[in-house]
Order: sequence, then C-alpha cells, then structure tokens
Amino acid sequence: MEDLLNAIILFSNFVLVPATAYGAQLALGALGVTLVFGILRFSNFAHGDTMAFGTMVVILVTWWFQSMGISIHPLPTALLALPFGILATIGLLLATDRLVYKFYRKQKSPPVVFVMASVGVMFVMNGIVRFIIGPNDQVFADGERFIMKARDFKASTGMAEGLTIKVSQALTLGIAIIVVIALFWFLQRTRTGKSMRAFSDNEDLALLSGISPERVVMITWIIAAALATIAGTLYGLDKSFKPFTYFQLLLPIFAAAIVGGIGNPLGAIAGGFVVAFSEVTITYAYKKFLRYLLPENLEPNSLVQLLSTDYKFAVSFVILVLVLLIRPTGIFKGKVL
Amino acid sequence: MSFLSGENMTGGYGGVDILHDCTIAVDKGEIAVIVGPNGAGKSTAMKAIFGMLDIHKGRIMLDGKDISDLSPQDRVRAGMGFVPQNNNVFTSLTVQENLEMGAYIRTDNFSDTMAQVFDLFPILKEKRNQPAGELSGGQRQQVAVGRALMTQPKVLMLDEPTAGVSPIVMDELLDRIIEVARSGVAVLMVEQNARQALNIADKGYVLVQGRNRFTDTGEALLANPEVRKSFLGG
Repeated sequence: MEDLLNAIILFSNFVLVPATAYGAQLALGALGVTLVFGILRFSNFAHGDTMAFGTMVVILVTWWFQSMGISIHPLPTALLALPFGILATIGLLLATDRLVYKFYRKQKSPPVVFVMASVGVMFVMNGIVRFIIGPNDQVFADGERFIMKARDFKASTGMAEGLTIKVSQALTLGIAIIVVIALFWFLQRTRTGKSMRAFSDNEDLALLSGISPERVVMITWIIAAALATIAGTLYGLDKSFKPFTYFQLLLPIFAAAIVGGIGNPLGAIAGGFVVAFSEVTITYAYKKFLRYLLPENLEPNSLVQLLSTDYKFAVSFVILVLVLLIRPTGIFKGKVL
Repeated sequence: MSFLSGENMTGGYGGVDILHDCTIAVDKGEIAVIVGPNGAGKSTAMKAIFGMLDIHKGRIMLDGKDISDLSPQDRVRAGMGFVPQNNNVFTSLTVQENLEMGAYIRTDNFSDTMAQVFDLFPILKEKRNQPAGELSGGQRQQVAVGRALMTQPKVLMLDEPTAGVSPIVMDELLDRIIEVARSGVAVLMVEQNARQALNIADKGYVLVQGRNRFTDTGEALLANPEVRKSFLGG
C-alpha cells in the first residue's frame, strides 16, 4: 500500500505537476496561434519569438523594479512587470501588422505568402531580442520559490517520496485559468468578440454585415500579444528565459493548436495538455516508479525511459504528423490546414 | 422613377461584359423577380446593383440618389439588405448571434427588430441558441433572411432564396417574403423556380445573355405564350 502511494507521489512530482504547468503554458501559446489563424488565416511562425520579445520586456522591467527595490513578495516581481511587457508587445505586433501584413492583405495574397512573411518577421524579432538581451540564459524569478518542498512533504507525511510544487507552477495554472475564462467570456459574450467569431466563420458575410476587418485584425493582434507575453513570462518563470528555447517552443505550440483543431480556442487548450503530457510521460524514466509497483524479481535494470529528453521535440513532431495524417481537423474539428 | 433601380447596367468580371444595357427596378412594397436561363446574368445583375461588380456604363439609383460609387458595406448602411445564395449564415454562431451580427452596424436597441424577425420566423425563436450550421436548409435560409432584415433595410435583395429547399418549405419561404414586401420593403430576388416566383411577383424581368428580354408584371409574363414556351417549359 505504501509502495503504491509512493509510486503515485513520485509520478505526480515528476509527471503530473510539471506537465500540467507546461500544458497550461503551451495552451496559452497555442491560443494565440489559433486566434491569429482563425482571423488572419495564416500560421504565424513568429509567435514563439513574439513570446520571447514580450518576456524580454518583462525581464527588463523586472530588473528595473528590482533595482528600485519594488517587489510584491512572496510573488515574483515579474507579475508586476507583466502589463508593461504586454503593452510593448502590443505595440510591436501592431507595428508589424502595419509594416508587413497589411500590405499583403491589400494584395489579397494567398496564406502561404503570409506564412513566409511571418518567417521573416520571426527572424527580425529573434534578432531584436538577441540584440537587446543577448542569447544567454536569464533568470528573473524572485519571491518565494516553493509552495511545498519535497523535504517538508516527506516530514509531514512520513513518505519516502516527496512532492514539490513550485510557486511558478501554481501561478501558471491559476493565471492560465483566469486568462482562458476572460478570453472565452470576451469571445462568447461581447459584441466585439462575437464579431471576431463571425469574421473567422465567414469573412464575406461579416463584411456584408458591416464588420470592419481592420478593427477585427487589430483586436486579434492585441489579444495575441497579451497571450504570447503571458505564456512566455510564465514559461520563463517556471524554467528560464533563453531566446532560442522560445523559438523551439514553436513546434509544440503548433502541434498543440493542430491537435486540438486549429482555429478552435477550446482545441488549443486541449491540445496544449495533450502535447505536454505526451512529451513528459514519454521522456520520463519509469525505473523508480516501477520499482515501487512491481515485485522484486521483475524490477527493471534499465531506466525504462521511452525516449531521451534530448529528443522531446520528436514527440511534438510525431503527434503533428499523426494528426495531419489521420484527423487533419484535429480533436475539436478546426479548419483543415 | 422607382425606389431602387439599376439603369442601363453594362459590365462584368475582368474585362468581359456579362450585362449589356440591363435595367432592373423595384418600388417599395413590391416584389421584383429576375428570371432567365442559366448564365443569363441574373445573379450578376443582382451583384451589380449591390456594388459587388463594377459596371462601366449605367448607374444605380436608390431613393433618388446615385449610389453607383458606394461599396457594398456602404450600401448596407444606406438601407440595402443582401442575402447571398451560398454561405449566407455564420454556421458556428447561434441563430441569435447571427441576428445580432446582422444588426452589427446598429448602435440603437434592436431587440424590437429581433422580435419582429422571430414573429416572422417562429422556428428561429425556438432554435435561437442552436448553431446555425445545425439547422435544416430551409431554416438556414430563414436565418439568412432574418439576418438581412436586422438592419431594417428599405430594400431586400435575395439571390435564389429557395435553392435547395423542399417545395413545401419553398412555398412557406415565399409567403414570408410576401409578408416582408407588404410591410413596405422593396424586394428584389433572383429565382431558379421561375413559375412560383413570377406567381408572387409584381414585376418580372426575363434576362437572356445579360439583356432585358421581357419586362412586365408577373401575371402578364406567366400569360405570355413566348415566355411560357421558352422559359417555363410550356
């Protein structure tokens, strides 16, 4: 019995809790990708670097606050800097739209042209971020680190295994839930939100109804900027900030958006968790976990790790390929790419 | 002078003229129907009047004003409602949201108008919270017409409103359209089902190859042996 409990605690500590936090971060990222796809009808490859840009601004403002001694202990100062990061990212995305995408909208370019343009935007944003903050790892988390430490957990329960819950993980989940509820309320209940759904559903009819495409596009970029900055900051707090990692996040984020059904916000959230849990469960070494559950003579000698963590991006990639082959519309019937 | 008229329209897509000196007009409270064989330019004439097609000769008049240079969106604001033939509802939005989007340009309270639409199409009230994509073809057409009525248009233009619906539903839909016209709206529609359409039409336009071939009251056209022979199957 105690072995079973220990196995559950071990699994929670190394799989459930981290995957849930990671899933929420991916979900927020995928929501941004899916919204842009739904309204502007192209896959925005610059989303990962948009996240990096927003997080960079948050970090810079956080450092500035820290230097002035402003803090909201026990919460990380980055939360206080978040609105500034969001505003700066909104500015960046609206400027990008004015300078790049608006031109192609006027030309009525096919989606693939937009995708290629977004690849260019991605490189530029990537350059800006590295130019300003450098390519290295930045740690900006402060405040209390843990809600529950493994040692305290062991002491209070008397178990052999400990459960750690980081503040950043709890914050990620809490903020993600609030953001998702706010976003759905906006899309389902407000006139502007409904007009965005109408525009995504049937552009011609939306035009006939007097819905202004430029306004819808602007609001989409504003929301995408907020989502990207929040997702990036939460990811950075949970792990660390490195521009290249954010570029790499693009793959799991797209996998998440497509698994759920691209263009469908609910799908983006489900997809985020599907990808996160697949990645973490497949790259977790089950040796210790199985040792608790199996009789002594069946205990594994190897790590029982299906895939090395070095190959974790392969998981997103396989999911992506499988979904596109078997069910291109995704779980929640999004648009076919 | 009619309330809405497209006068001597000549134009088409990309250099090739489809309409040649074509004239269509309708007055308030009237139903005008455009019929003709396939490829006669019926829908094209409708699109030209609504500004979705450039005409290089002729003009469009609404209530005594020349609206030839207005975009379709501005024509909606000027009091024209248009129901396209295909993709005429927001499938993922509920019936009520469809109607709300129809009223998007209105800043006043439009609950009265919505109540009127629900009176006209009681089934929509019942299904108000259902996505429009889940409705039957006939019900969808009702949503489409209802959506266009939400701006309280002075002119309602329908592109083949009965396409793909069963004969019973078609009769019902045409009855509703008569009701709309009786409330003082000018109704202009393109119809595939020429006989039924001319039956309810105050005015009928028979187009052939983008030209006005016959123009008369619906009744007179139905009685005209030449029209009967060529377009109504005897």
